[in-house]
Amino acid sequence: MRLEARHDIPLWMSAVAPALAVLAAMILCSALILWAGFSPFLAYAALIKGGFGSVFALSETLVRATPLILTGLAAAIAFRAKLWNIGAEGQLYAGALAATFFGTGMITLPPVLMIPFLFAVGAVAGGLLLLVPALLKAHLRVDEVVTTLLLNFIVLLFVNYLLFGPWKDPMAMGWPQGRPIVDEGVLPNILAKTRLHAGLFFAIAAAIAAWALMRFGVLGLEIRATGHNPEAARFAGIPITATTLKTALISGGLAAAAGVTEVAGTKGYLTLDISPGFGYTGIAVAMLAGLHPLGVIAAALFIAGIYNGADAMSRAIGVSNYIADVLTATSLLLVLLAMMLTRYRLRRG
Amino acid sequence: MSEDRQIVLRLNGITKRFGPLVANDRISLTLERGKVLALLGENGAGKTTLMNILFGHYVADEGDIEIFGRRLEPGSPKEAIAAGIGMVHQHFTLADNMTVIDNIVLGTEPLFALHQNLAAARRKINDLAREFGLHVDPDAKISRLAVGERQRVEILKALYRGARILILDEPTAVLTPQETEALFATLRGMVARGLSVIFISHKLNEVMAIADEIAVLRHGRLVARRPRAGAGKEEIAAIMLGKEIPEPKRTPMPAGAERLRLDGIAVSGENGSGLHDIALSLRAHEIIGIAGVSGNGQSLLADLISGLIRPDAGSMTVNGQPFSEFTPRRAIAAGIGRIPEDRHATGVIGDLQIQENLILEQCRSPRFSAFGWLKGRAIARHAQQLIERFDIRGAAPTTLTRTLSGGNMQKVILARVLEIAPKVILANQPTRGLDVGAATYVHEQLLHARANGAGIILISEDLEELMTVSDAIAVMYRGRLSAPIPAEQITVEKLGGLMAGHGFGEGAQEEAGHAA
Amino acid sequence: MDFLDIFLTVGFWAATVRMATPLIFGTLGELICERAGVLNLGIEGIMTMGAMVAWMWVYQGGDLWTGILVAALLGAAIGILHSGFSVYMGLSQHVTGIGITLLSMSLSYFSFRMLLPGISTPPKITPFAPWPVPGLSEIPVIGEALFTQTPLTYLAFLAIPAVAWLLYRTPIGLAVRTVGENPMAVEAQGINVFHLRTGAVAVGSALMAVGGAFLTVSVFDAFYFDMVNGRGWISIALVIFASWHPGKALLGALLFAAFDALQIRVQQASDIAIPYQFFLMMPYVMSILALIVMSRRAAYPKALLTPFRRGER
Repeated sequence: MRLEARHDIPLWMSAVAPALAVLAAMILCSALILWAGFSPFLAYAALIKGGFGSVFALSETLVRATPLILTGLAAAIAFRAKLWNIGAEGQLYAGALAATFFGTGMITLPPVLMIPFLFAVGAVAGGLLLLVPALLKAHLRVDEVVTTLLLNFIVLLFVNYLLFGPWKDPMAMGWPQGRPIVDEGVLPNILAKTRLHAGLFFAIAAAIAAWALMRFGVLGLEIRATGHNPEAARFAGIPITATTLKTALISGGLAAAAGVTEVAGTKGYLTLDISPGFGYTGIAVAMLAGLHPLGVIAAALFIAGIYNGADAMSRAIGVSNYIADVLTATSLLLVLLAMMLTRYRLRRG
Repeated sequence: MSEDRQIVLRLNGITKRFGPLVANDRISLTLERGKVLALLGENGAGKTTLMNILFGHYVADEGDIEIFGRRLEPGSPKEAIAAGIGMVHQHFTLADNMTVIDNIVLGTEPLFALHQNLAAARRKINDLAREFGLHVDPDAKISRLAVGERQRVEILKALYRGARILILDEPTAVLTPQETEALFATLRGMVARGLSVIFISHKLNEVMAIADEIAVLRHGRLVARRPRAGAGKEEIAAIMLGKEIPEPKRTPMPAGAERLRLDGIAVSGENGSGLHDIALSLRAHEIIGIAGVSGNGQSLLADLISGLIRPDAGSMTVNGQPFSEFTPRRAIAAGIGRIPEDRHATGVIGDLQIQENLILEQCRSPRFSAFGWLKGRAIARHAQQLIERFDIRGAAPTTLTRTLSGGNMQKVILARVLEIAPKVILANQPTRGLDVGAATYVHEQLLHARANGAGIILISEDLEELMTVSDAIAVMYRGRLSAPIPAEQITVEKLGGLMAGHGFGEGAQEEAGHAA
Repeated sequence: MDFLDIFLTVGFWAATVRMATPLIFGTLGELICERAGVLNLGIEGIMTMGAMVAWMWVYQGGDLWTGILVAALLGAAIGILHSGFSVYMGLSQHVTGIGITLLSMSLSYFSFRMLLPGISTPPKITPFAPWPVPGLSEIPVIGEALFTQTPLTYLAFLAIPAVAWLLYRTPIGLAVRTVGENPMAVEAQGINVFHLRTGAVAVGSALMAVGGAFLTVSVFDAFYFDMVNGRGWISIALVIFASWHPGKALLGALLFAAFDALQIRVQQASDIAIPYQFFLMMPYVMSILALIVMSRRAAYPKALLTPFRRGER
């Protein structure tokens, strides 16, 4: 058996393939639901209802999708340049740390300035955090997968230290959490009686900007060239080291912005669990979107819905909500496979 | 006499398709014991595909194979080896970090045996080496061996496994004329011992020298089969090409101002490779060919002029201006047009569109971008013009470059290079793997650029190509460059001698002895 | 307790040897995969799966050794799944590896929750008891540190020469090393590249799973979420640190285990003023430093990360 490259890929194929992959993932995971002793139909119905079935469910899904769009973009852009940034989780917390450092009273500006300022300092923190592994990769050939992964642990321990130590909010009755973001820095609510906040607009704007950059920007062309074939890109005079470093700043900054939306929007203060693995899930979001920045919005919505729906289903029926993680991981792998099969056909010999 | 006429291999109606392309179209062939069968055809004619089917790398869509009267199980190199086939691939299949003996014994013992009998293997290798004149140190690391030695290891691999039919895919591409003679002597020794050989080549002269029988492939079909004796060279060439393609004529032209000058260039490389004391002067309206067995520093020289590496010593002058910052971007800005050795790996980015590849070198120039944003319409118009001017077939500006054929891909690179009206052109193996029509087009374009005042450095392993288009030829040997020989004084013998290191300084000879 | 005193306690050295065990299994497993040309980023998830499965087996009344065997088999199965994507389909080893880790972790957590619903404190099992080597364990200090360990630790230390012998002295080892350098060399000698790589990834993944199992059935007695805690990633760093040689892997594993052992003891020592989180960071920081030092001259297996496609050059 061998793989043969297809020359003309029909458009419908690249559109339908991810959907089919997700469907296949749901069918595979229904085996687990059966094993747990429940009806997959009822479970999936409860899951979809819990994720998308009401205004409140939808608003919660959008709240959860907001950081996922940003971490998904972080992965999508970095992976386009073949910079394997698996450290979005750490960068997210770096952004949250910066927002907490500057936003809990150190500086107070009017909201129109304060909110962009918090995003800016957060993005810089995250960008710099990813710049370190990118520099190590560019100059010392240190594999960035391992360094970004290890930095996640280091950053989380650092947050842990701050929240149990110097940054602990004395008003929080002993809970390890940071002091609240000043009112001027809090992302305004955009729908009454829900937690939906303006971070969503920021995330969607970021996705559109990222799409424009990749499609029409010189840097976008340089990033794609570097990712597809660094040797040829270098030969053609594209500064691949500089491109990699710029990619790192953008990718790290986007992941860090997710930390800002959580601290300044969803929660209002820093805790140890502002991210239930948004950084890692962002990888699945990016792959589901085929690394397309606008596709990231849809993929993030879908995955956020699955997670929220699984929580609801778990309360209603009793299937562990970890089914959402299984479903996401299975979808990730099957989407990879499906996209492979749109580009190649299987052939005997 | 029946012993002499024994058929050892029979291919019956082999057909192989890759998508829309028919690489092999109902090919039937036989091979006799103790004979050399040459498989002749130009690049892309389907020779390698056919042999890959025979050796089990591919499975044929139709047809079957008989070896010594028994049907060969398709798609399994293991079965092919067991049936007595050995193959020397054009791209050697050796693990560089391992020793000769490791490479040879790999797969010869049961995989789950608890130990290896290396002493017996070493004895057997030495015996075979003596019998067939294939001397090589069994304990040397492959990375330490010269190209010719690596080829001997490949042949030993096949003999060690008791091959009765040996396939050699373009074996002379990497050899000096003298080494080619030695290889032919080895092959004659093999057929005298009753082995059979299939010799793949696109070089007619070599085929006439070694083959007993000639089979010609064209566009995937077997178009002729002749005994060598009595076959005329011109006749065979006509069959191979199908039609007459006139090779462009190089008309003498007075050289102009100096375009490129290298002085005392040295680049250090791993274990003794590198460049030593390179001097060269290239003038306008001049093509200097660089000959040499591959791996003698041509790649380093090309990388240097392309701006990919910097020299440790010496200086480079482009168009009278000193060139000191060695980056690709500076090289492009200085007016050096670069055609790289490997078009897939370095020339184009297959997953980008043709229009993107065409502006890749200029993407920051105001022609194609402003304030960091690409000028989409200018880029598309530019691509459309070049596609028409260079006759890039089956292409729109937004076509993905990887879907192009090798010849059209090379046209994309030529378009990118020539569009900037370069003062200096570095063409590294520009026709490798192209069919004669596409190669001729490349030569025409280079000669055209020469007429327009460019100085051209043409690196090639194909002596015929060099002698057709060059005004002078210099030879590289172990990182040194000979003085260029003017076209009218060139003979194959002279070049062959230089390629083997004769006529280079003391230092080069000493290093040669050391490495061998 | 003073900083230096820690190094003088036998307990520290015994803990170092003990905590080296999962790293040795993980590093050897990863090393075999990478020698065959496959980066296995599934390691963190496979170790989690091994930890969960072995523990669950024993908790449900199974035998300790059978639990290890089940973990190994399941690890091998995940390895084969990984090969399906990375070797047969030739998909990016980075992305599929992360996918395999996410899948194995979530499957472990899901199964744990399904089999033991509504449990707040993790239940305990009776883990492997220390198994003093007769005679040798009597030696003062060394005996207690080295020869009063649980059986899996001895197994880990025996696995090092075993893997070295396999890689360097047997035909299968030669084939594995070659396929990581140039798969075409293997294919042209009649060995199936896909089977060979899949086999290597399966064996490597089985070792990783045993490393994870050690955590729940030897050193602790319960399964906690996130208990592998980056040991898989550290193992990947250790492979580079060891330049893909089993012997040097032992050295690296011991070094990092010493940090682990030190960190626990420093946490307990009240008079050391540095916050314990910084000691917890040490293995991760050290891994990054080790990578920085070793990477420049690292002789990667040449075909690492490069998928093999039949008939492509």
